[in-house]
Amino acid sequence: MTTQWLRNLLIVLIGSVVLAGCAGTGTQTEPIEPSTEPVETPDTTPAPDGPSSRSAEVDENGNPYVPGSTRLMSRTYYFDFDRSVLSPDDLASLEMHATFLRNNPDRSVVIEGHADERGTREYNLALGERRADAVQSFLVSAGVSRRQLEIVSYGEERPEDPGHNEAAWARNRRAVLIYR
Amino acid sequence: MRSLSVNLIFLLAQSLLAGAALAAESLDTIIIDEGYDKQTRIAVVPFDAGPEFSNQADMGGIISFDLSRSGQFAPLERDNMLSFPGRPEQVFFRDWRVLGMEYLLIGNLRTVANGNTRVRYHLFDVVNEREMLGGEVTGTRAEWRDMAHEVADAAYEAITGIPGAFATKIIYVLAENAGSPSARYSLELADSDGERSRTLFSSDQPIMSPGWGPEGRRAAYVSWETGRQSIIIQDVESGEREIITRFSGINGSPVFSPDGRKLLMVLSRDGNPEIYLMNLANRSLRQLTRHHGIDTEPSFSPDGQQVIFTSDRGGAPQIYRLDLDTNLVERLTFEGGYNARARLLPDGRHMVYVHRRDGRYYIAWRDLERNDVRILTQTSTGLDESPSLAPNGTMLMYATQDQGRGILAVVSLDGSVKYRLPSSSGDVREPAWSPYLDFRM
Repeated sequence: MTTQWLRNLLIVLIGSVVLAGCAGTGTQTEPIEPSTEPVETPDTTPAPDGPSSRSAEVDENGNPYVPGSTRLMSRTYYFDFDRSVLSPDDLASLEMHATFLRNNPDRSVVIEGHADERGTREYNLALGERRADAVQSFLVSAGVSRRQLEIVSYGEERPEDPGHNEAAWARNRRAVLIYR
Repeated sequence: MRSLSVNLIFLLAQSLLAGAALAAESLDTIIIDEGYDKQTRIAVVPFDAGPEFSNQADMGGIISFDLSRSGQFAPLERDNMLSFPGRPEQVFFRDWRVLGMEYLLIGNLRTVANGNTRVRYHLFDVVNEREMLGGEVTGTRAEWRDMAHEVADAAYEAITGIPGAFATKIIYVLAENAGSPSARYSLELADSDGERSRTLFSSDQPIMSPGWGPEGRRAAYVSWETGRQSIIIQDVESGEREIITRFSGINGSPVFSPDGRKLLMVLSRDGNPEIYLMNLANRSLRQLTRHHGIDTEPSFSPDGQQVIFTSDRGGAPQIYRLDLDTNLVERLTFEGGYNARARLLPDGRHMVYVHRRDGRYYIAWRDLERNDVRILTQTSTGLDESPSLAPNGTMLMYATQDQGRGILAVVSLDGSVKYRLPSSSGDVREPAWSPYLDFRM
């Protein structure tokens, strides 16, 4: 089907843009090596009072920690006005989620897409879905199984910030990972 | 003289009752912002009612306010009336000619069988000293406002030649604490003047895109109550609900066909939002668009032969028209970088839609043959959306922001008349104006 073909092409294109953004390491199907992540380097010293390294991987809600730290991985990614392109700053964080999901194939995640209130509601619903799609495409191209991922767009219906100004709108244009 | 003082006491009691009733309503009393420069002068005399109606709302007042919010009438203040006729034989035309009135509407109320109320009304042409229209409506006490709106519709049509749309309904979405853990979303039904609102469905998940079936008995809308999106059809009176779609991805923009047998919708089950037409009898789907861009916000032409929709296939959202016989698609809007969610007028030759200008979103009107464009709303917030036409095509209701709150507002199709339906709680949005109703609900 034509749409399916175009969609695959889109995923490949987004995947290559994403990987190009990561200093050209890896291929479209291979995950990026952890050593190329400049920010979130795993701490080699064991956690002093963690019961076990396995249980310290997620918090009580099942949200993953940054490996070797007590900080949760960020799960919200923001977008420019009327755009659905991931920020290069978010790719390292998304790669951590991809690694976690690859290592935990029994875990699944709902990717919520959201828009700010400007423009019409149904168009914003589609825009929110595109943002969730961008996150999904990244995770799939980083080796996560589609079976672990589901997309739900809320358009402008569930704002993070109820305000009616630029700052609120910037906070509302987002995709959010909800671990199940 | 005695009847005047009785009337005044009625009015006082009625305003107190009205105040008490408002607390539970989701919409407040209308604020009229603009009307026509030249308005028709009419006197609506308080209807002659016996003491058994003392706890009922002021029927003449409801009719007078209906005519007033059309923007076309300037009803005479009661304080300036010289007499209060309730029957034709009590009318002295000089009393109204001296006040410069063009028309006079009077009425009287009587209790008939089963405790129902019968309203008899008479409309007079003051200049020519003749009765133009006489009629009666009957109903229960609960149908009081329906009866008043029906009299207003009849008078409006007799004078303007256009059927009135006062005895119609609206549905809309009320959102309280949207986005927070205590969020509450409700689908509300109210009279076209915002009175008598009641909740049709309520959820802690969003509700979106409500619209009417062409017979005025069904509402279609979008709900996330199952954790993903669904399209719901609800019987407005019985409250019975049916989940129509629950595909993965978007299940949005439900719009009934003019014959009520089909439903337009947007589904992204194959990965991209496309427009579909569902046959409601057997739930079969026909895919109408196939494009990697966003295709959304479909609606029918009045003859049901064409579908207009929003697409960003040209790089930015614009409005397109698809012919259901030939499948040919033509682009309708070119001005500006954002034109969306169009609705065609009953004549099929004009449409209203959301248009962005200087980063602000307004409701625009367009003549499709001459390509004339007119901005109908220029609110200070520039967040106008969801235009919905009155069935007589004279006015449209839309959603906007006022003092940080979502409210409903109305504008005439020539932009001259404007009024607001303020809300005292929550954000009110996505109004859908009913078709003409040949029954009361």
